[in-house]
Amino acid sequence: MEKDKLYILAFESSCDETSVAVLQDDKVISNVILSQEYHTAFGGVVPEIASREHLRKIVEMTDASLKKANIEMKDIDLVAATSEPGLIGAILIGLSFAKSLAATLNKPFIPVNHIQAHLYSAFINDTQPEFPFIALIVSGGHTLLILVEDFFKHKILGTTIDDAVGEAFDKVAKMMGLGYPGGPLIDKYAKDGDINFHEFPISVIKNSKYNFSFSGIKTSVLYYLRDSNFQANRNDKLISDISASFQHAAIKTLYSKVRKAAKEFKVKDIAISGGVSANSYLNQMFKTLEKDRYRIHIPELIYTTDNAAMIGITAYYKYLASKDKDYFSKESLSVKARPRLDFTNF
Amino acid sequence: MIFRSKSTKDTMKFAKEFAEKLKPGCVLGLKGNLGTGKTQFVKGICEHFDVKEVVNSPTFILVNEYEGTYGEAKKFRIYHFDLYRLNSAAELGVIGFDEYINKNSLVLIEWPELAEEYLNRKVDTVRFDYGAGDDERVIEVVTE
Repeated sequence: MEKDKLYILAFESSCDETSVAVLQDDKVISNVILSQEYHTAFGGVVPEIASREHLRKIVEMTDASLKKANIEMKDIDLVAATSEPGLIGAILIGLSFAKSLAATLNKPFIPVNHIQAHLYSAFINDTQPEFPFIALIVSGGHTLLILVEDFFKHKILGTTIDDAVGEAFDKVAKMMGLGYPGGPLIDKYAKDGDINFHEFPISVIKNSKYNFSFSGIKTSVLYYLRDSNFQANRNDKLISDISASFQHAAIKTLYSKVRKAAKEFKVKDIAISGGVSANSYLNQMFKTLEKDRYRIHIPELIYTTDNAAMIGITAYYKYLASKDKDYFSKESLSVKARPRLDFTNF
Repeated sequence: MIFRSKSTKDTMKFAKEFAEKLKPGCVLGLKGNLGTGKTQFVKGICEHFDVKEVVNSPTFILVNEYEGTYGEAKKFRIYHFDLYRLNSAAELGVIGFDEYINKNSLVLIEWPELAEEYLNRKVDTVRFDYGAGDDERVIEVVTE
């Protein structure tokens, strides 16, 4: 045991996944995820089963995570959990469990904002971004463009004003009858498609250069499918062409705004996280920025979708950055009314 | 009551007028297909209540939370649900749905069918449908 290092036990349960991780400082040594993705005809995840499973499995998962890390509960120095934003029913499972554990072990408890954790997931890589950098968080629930000036010094430059980009991917996939999850299927079909097959328009947003809008493109795909009699003509080539054209338009808008922000704020590092960061076309397009000497940081897929390792690494930096470490020692015993959903404390 | 909207701007304007009838404690359902203007309508309602946050789709995270102002200065919570991806009414119990419904909050629900089943009552509903032209929408208010 290296006792000058901090061992962190971290929990994530804000929405569909429950995950427990162990870190040694900022290095992940185990990251166990219980995913509740059901491939239903309806398309989606089943929170009821998810929450019940999470409640039932959390002790088992904690044991598994410690075992994988080859340490014991008594070696843990810090306990962390997602405290916001998220669904009340789901978040309380991980949060209450983690707080009780911290109180029992008499160790500091670090509450972590889930969105911040996505942002700091870029630090799990061996090559970490240098401040200041631009962060893009792209998932089914979020589309955020953030200027990160230093640890816990962030400025949200833009967000979606309607649908998240991952949501647009899933809805377009559903309209074409591709099944769930839609994002990876669009990505797969698009590989054989023509990006110039049809121009799907991206809405221009007045008075805001960094906000995003994906509702308009979703509706324009819907009209295109209706007017071109898609159902009658449905075949793989057509699905591929529509997927490629849609994907090009959606990813291009992310790319353009990130590039514009990187130029304006004179940053060289760009970190992309959230489920959509696994999209191959996104990777391809952003990699072209490397010839302009930008450094692109994309975490491995396992750290980019919801996971506890990103909660742990955020807790580590939060603890290091805090001046009042006693605050966290009392935190396990504090009772807050309810986890909030907005970005008040971001 | 039926309103024919010619544009998203029109839908916003109608939503702002409609919001005058709403107050903390109300539960409102919003029914209609993808892209018929449900989220746009919520934006209009939120604008009426002077919400400062960006109002966007809660499809994946199931619920968004905003702070509104009622009357002169009374602050209250607006919960914007989208139950599109849920499969059964029982799931609402697990996500803590009861916690959100109270006399100090305005609850707006896209795809409200499961909420009605869970609450065992119909809620006042606004229905959205496509109109004749691409930008046109037919909006119908159904009061229970």
